[in-house]
Amino acid sequence: MGNPTQPSALDAPSTRDEKWQIKIRGLHKTFGPQHVLRGIDLDIERGHTNIIIGGSGQGKSVLMKHLMGLLKPDSGHIYVDGEDIVPLGELQMGRVQRKFGMVFQYAALFDSMTVMENIAFPLVERYRLSRSEIETRVWELLRKLDLGEVPGVDKKFPAQMSGGQRKRIGLARALIDRPEILLYDEPTTGLDPISTKNVDDMIRQTADEFGVTSVVISHDMASAFRIGDRVAMLYDGIIAANGTPDEVRKTSHPVLREFLETSGVVRPGEGTSSP
Amino acid sequence: MIPDSKASTVSEPSAFVRFFAGLVAPLFSFITVLGEHFMLLFRAFAWLFRRPFRLRLFVEQMDYIGVGSLPIVLLVGAFSGMVSALQAILALQQFDQTRFVGMAVGLSLSEEIAPVFAGLMIAARAGSGMATELGSMRITEQIDALTTFAVNPIQYLLTPRIVAAILMLPVMTMAFDITGLAGAYLVSIVGYNLDIGQVLGLFSFWVDPRHFYKGFIKAAVFGLVLALAACYQGFNVRGGAKEVGLATTRAVVSGSVGILIVDYFLIDLLAVLMPSLD
Repeated sequence: MGNPTQPSALDAPSTRDEKWQIKIRGLHKTFGPQHVLRGIDLDIERGHTNIIIGGSGQGKSVLMKHLMGLLKPDSGHIYVDGEDIVPLGELQMGRVQRKFGMVFQYAALFDSMTVMENIAFPLVERYRLSRSEIETRVWELLRKLDLGEVPGVDKKFPAQMSGGQRKRIGLARALIDRPEILLYDEPTTGLDPISTKNVDDMIRQTADEFGVTSVVISHDMASAFRIGDRVAMLYDGIIAANGTPDEVRKTSHPVLREFLETSGVVRPGEGTSSP
Repeated sequence: MIPDSKASTVSEPSAFVRFFAGLVAPLFSFITVLGEHFMLLFRAFAWLFRRPFRLRLFVEQMDYIGVGSLPIVLLVGAFSGMVSALQAILALQQFDQTRFVGMAVGLSLSEEIAPVFAGLMIAARAGSGMATELGSMRITEQIDALTTFAVNPIQYLLTPRIVAAILMLPVMTMAFDITGLAGAYLVSIVGYNLDIGQVLGLFSFWVDPRHFYKGFIKAAVFGLVLALAACYQGFNVRGGAKEVGLATTRAVVSGSVGILIVDYFLIDLLAVLMPSLD
């Protein structure tokens, strides 16, 4: 399948690129007999919302964990602002991880901490800020994410909040240290249509307001095409289609075509020229 | 397609080979798990000396393992002392030597009963709690979340637990000793009206403070064993709630069995290192 935006073997991923913030090259990962990632080549555009979609068990979350350094690939490279993060050790990786914020599928809030302590966690761990300075920044974010009006929100524990509120607290925790790149792992899984739309709006607003590079892992096709500036489709361990939403809609890949048609993103038989 | 002729050249392993493999596989698996425990321990201690030093986490764990376990340790300690004294009196009555009850209880309590029972109690209470908490954190991605904030989960979660257990087990053993001796006193002096002078005199003649120190050393090692078992099981949970439950059970079983196995070797080792007591 021809693809003008597919990474070229001739480019120089080890130099900082103003357009592409993350470059993934030839990424392979195997778990026992299962070859999950079979040579991923993908570029993530700086300051835009990049969606990685695919069916269940296609390795989306595995790919996401590689970006954060939570998993090491069997082979391949991940360049973040021109720096290959694959060979980095635990301590050096910590420096790169500060560029990232991650919003987990089920928020992954620390259930022994209050909302205030959860959101403040990255600041407490990384800097020596005064208590009032930390609280000011946390409240600023709580208000921006429409949580400021919840009575006594700062002193509540995650178990006392609703699913949607927990997602927003997770987002606040990811945003508090002003990351350059924000990763979302299946942000709309298990949500009703209205909550899904709210989370979509939240992702778009966050990208616009904070100017971050967003990477969203999702199997929700409708949502992906609604909020994505770029969409990459992961299928059978490789990126099978990649481009703007309009470009990807025209994919001729039979399985991806079925995926798009089943989810209602395109009508059966709608234009199939290569993206 | 593999030709049929090739398939016929691959011979089935003989019954002996299968039998031998069946014997070796569990041993190999045991050595692997033991090695993983030691690797985890090494990493936990390596992180102890790296910044940042989060004193608060150590204090929290000392509170959970120590202060939180104190009521059950005091209760079990008192009844262990009472039971030991009662059994000793009933046995010594046969020879009209009940005055030795203080010595018998003092020796058995200080070196053996207090550290082992305190260890088993804390393995059941705090060990299970640690494994459950860490396992839940693992399956809800809270441990991954720590890593995304460039916080090493071993340093943040495991090192304080292991160090706190090592520090608090001797303290708990001391509490066990005190209530155990008080229980023995109640049974022998108050309950059985034994001569206080003879009982305490023989106790202080035979029981040296170093017997108690020996118990504290053992307790510190038991703390390490139970915390390591709990941390290993909880930290390596994969799956869901069922696996957390299984990990908790394994943590308590392996911690308790580990304490008893290590106890045997410690008796031998301490007999060599502190021979004047034996």
